[in-house]
Amino acid sequence: MNRYPIWKYLVIAIVILVGLVYATPNLFGKDPVLHISVSARMDAIDVNAQAQAETALKANNLSYKSIVPSKRSLTIRFRNVEDQIKAYDIVRQAMGSSYVVAQNLAPATPNWLRGIGALPMYLGLDLSGGVHLLMEVDMEAAIATRMEQYVGDLRTTMRQEKIRGARVSREGPILKIDFRDQLSRDQAYEIVADQFRDLDLRSRDEGGYKLEVSFTEVARREEMRQALQQNITTLRKRVNELGVREPVIQQQGDRRIVVQVPGVQDPAQVKEILSATATLEFRLANETGDVQAATQGRVPVGARLYYERNGTPILLNRRVMLTGDSITDAKSGIDSQSGGSSVTISLDGKGGRKFSRATRDVVGRLLAVIYIEKKKITHIRDGKEVKETQLIEEVINVARIREQLGSRFQITGLDSSREARNLALLLRAGALRAPIEIIEERTIGPSLGQDNIDQGFNSVLIGLIFVLAFMAFWYKAFGMIANFALAVNLVLLVAVLSLFQATLTLPGIAGIVLTVGMAVDANVLIFERIREELGIGNSPQASISAGYDKALSTIADANITTLLAALVLYGLGTGPIKGFATTLSIGIITSMFTAIMVTRAVVNLTYGRQSRIKKLSI
Amino acid sequence: MKNININFMGKRKLAMNFSALLIVVSIASLFIQGLNLGLDFSGGSLIEVGYQQSVETEGVRNTLSKAGYDEAIVTHFGSAKAVLIKVAPREGLSNADLSSDILRALRIADSSVDMRRVEFVGPQVGEELREDGGMAMLFAIIGILIYVALRFEYRFALGSVAALLHDVIITLGVFSVLQLDFDLTVLAAILAVIGYSLNDTIVVFDRIRENFRRVRNGSSEEVINQSLNQTLSRTLMTSITTMMVLVALFFLGGALIHGFASALIVGVVVGTYSSIYVASALVLAMGVSKADLMPVEKEGADIDDMP
Repeated sequence: MNRYPIWKYLVIAIVILVGLVYATPNLFGKDPVLHISVSARMDAIDVNAQAQAETALKANNLSYKSIVPSKRSLTIRFRNVEDQIKAYDIVRQAMGSSYVVAQNLAPATPNWLRGIGALPMYLGLDLSGGVHLLMEVDMEAAIATRMEQYVGDLRTTMRQEKIRGARVSREGPILKIDFRDQLSRDQAYEIVADQFRDLDLRSRDEGGYKLEVSFTEVARREEMRQALQQNITTLRKRVNELGVREPVIQQQGDRRIVVQVPGVQDPAQVKEILSATATLEFRLANETGDVQAATQGRVPVGARLYYERNGTPILLNRRVMLTGDSITDAKSGIDSQSGGSSVTISLDGKGGRKFSRATRDVVGRLLAVIYIEKKKITHIRDGKEVKETQLIEEVINVARIREQLGSRFQITGLDSSREARNLALLLRAGALRAPIEIIEERTIGPSLGQDNIDQGFNSVLIGLIFVLAFMAFWYKAFGMIANFALAVNLVLLVAVLSLFQATLTLPGIAGIVLTVGMAVDANVLIFERIREELGIGNSPQASISAGYDKALSTIADANITTLLAALVLYGLGTGPIKGFATTLSIGIITSMFTAIMVTRAVVNLTYGRQSRIKKLSI
Repeated sequence: MKNININFMGKRKLAMNFSALLIVVSIASLFIQGLNLGLDFSGGSLIEVGYQQSVETEGVRNTLSKAGYDEAIVTHFGSAKAVLIKVAPREGLSNADLSSDILRALRIADSSVDMRRVEFVGPQVGEELREDGGMAMLFAIIGILIYVALRFEYRFALGSVAALLHDVIITLGVFSVLQLDFDLTVLAAILAVIGYSLNDTIVVFDRIRENFRRVRNGSSEEVINQSLNQTLSRTLMTSITTMMVLVALFFLGGALIHGFASALIVGVVVGTYSSIYVASALVLAMGVSKADLMPVEKEGADIDDMP
């Protein structure tokens, strides 16, 4: 009665074998690598890029393990970190500014394993180190910006349709048009309703004749969707410019974006770059106006008062000559004349022509470059948090136009090379459609990540040793069988996690530890039953059989309820909770297989063929 | 252990009083001083930094105070080399800049400072996490109630849910009385306690049902006592192995996992006790008898139990 058909043994053997293979990649360490990727403006890496990097490394006598190209990147593996650090400077110089070079660690999985899709477990940010940001897109601002564009459109329409005295103004996401009389209001209603299908109109009669204009529900949703999508695209470009491997940028809900950047050394820079809304504007200086009078509030018509970085006031034209939208490329560097940091800017065809035309007639005048950044700031007022968007507008550079400018020119006057680099990056990746605010941040430094791995591993190991010793002591031979099953369970758990590339987090490791403790439960149930059966005088063979059979429904009930709790956790939980639920659920399933099938197979192989056993070692 | 015969149900009055006392204390504490909500639920900023040598929190506090962060809470975390700084949101500074600013101030005082962890949870996110956490607990309990009701009988379902509410309330109570940090990992641990407590209860119930069907004579109290004694060694064995790994996790898993391990340790102890005294005693009190369990068998749910 205690025999399995041969196919069952085979199935179990195959499962264990496959588990071993897919768990193996976790035994190999990590290689220090250099990750060379192309800048956002380029489609693919140059055919010569690999040779270029190889030549540079050979010229400096630096050896490397391998160099693997993909469409947009090159990965060079090194034997040790010293080589990687030396190579970093060399390669960065050799590749020039069209490439982003980043230092990183990559799994050292042998090729034959990678060929069958066997990869090490995917470590969560709390283990690998990195930045997790949850950002909320300011949709009200996005809608308001779009509405602002309609202000001009509506004014033009009123003029064209000869509706006199119509005044258009914006209040948040709503536009208001004031009319002289009811007739022109009603007329305008017809025209606007006909020409602007995305707008919703409402007539108001309190205190004059008015029209209230807002987006229709459909248009508003579409605007929000687009704002979110465009922000995701921009964020992706920015993250790619940082040159990190495997970043995650995902939509969450209808106004949130999750960004996860593993393994970064400088989280502050990541935050700065991601949430920045920096852009540039070019305006001519108003050299005739009285700056002193302007600081006291008497600003000349057509001009605006700005301040330079050193605090000097300056009057600039209201009209913008060029905005950051026309910029196709931006590179940071050193200005050969002043020795300060600079950014070289390239414009697209349209922007170049426009700029060229605009500067032709104003040679000899002063041109100002204005750096604009929107920042979300939290104030505490009356014990409540109030969020405000602060607009930073600084004149970073004022220079006399010496000749007609073209599609390529340089701006100087930046504070540091770091600022120049960041500005160049932001200009390359494009502006955010709507301001974003970081509403949740979890950054784990690389040292803490490694500590977490070590401590997690140690606690699994020590916990396991305790349990193994205890089981062997209490159930003797059967305890050893259960121990074997427990080991197999761990291998399978690791294999499943690796195969599905489920994210392993610190709570996930806690889940594994808990699984180790609870996995023996099924065996305890079975073995206690066998002891009971032996106790009432049944033969060893019959006891084994009855023990397994009777314990089965209890094991199933107990595990299904735990699995239910784990699935609820997975469905409703976020980050750390999900990691725990994942390992717990997988652990429950693998432990049922090992505790029932694997132990039974070993028991059957050991005792099944002996016709007479006097005593069981249990 | 097979000859052990403890009269568990005979002491159920005492146990009930004991449980009632614990629950009253827990609920009172939860109402009076509440839970010491961690950053995940309360919102705010937290920075953990590592030093090369042991540092005094006083020195770190002075440095921060000079930088204008008088209200920062500075404590050691895990070891004397690691320091945890908690700060409230700040006027005129975005939350993303806050941590960078503090780090800069610390690095001026000691350039070897290592950024280990920065966490910021906005008030809105904190509130959402609180709600989601509550929902998770509610859904888990409802799901389990349905499963047990289908698989056993409604009285068993009520008994098991009462037992796990008992465990959850007391575990929460311990966190409230001791004012331990209650964060997301602790919530996960409490949900694991639900799973564990249930696992234990189900094993006992399974045996009670089996014995009700098998044993021809004997009162309900005797049958339940017998079942508890039969499953006792299993209950203890599993608790011991689970406790072993939890202790390993508590001492070796690092400070980040402390709350998680503590919650489970409390939960496992209470869960083991409740599956014996709360769940079974309630089932007995609700008057489950042989006749109640017979119809279930006709559905063919438990073929293994037939001779």
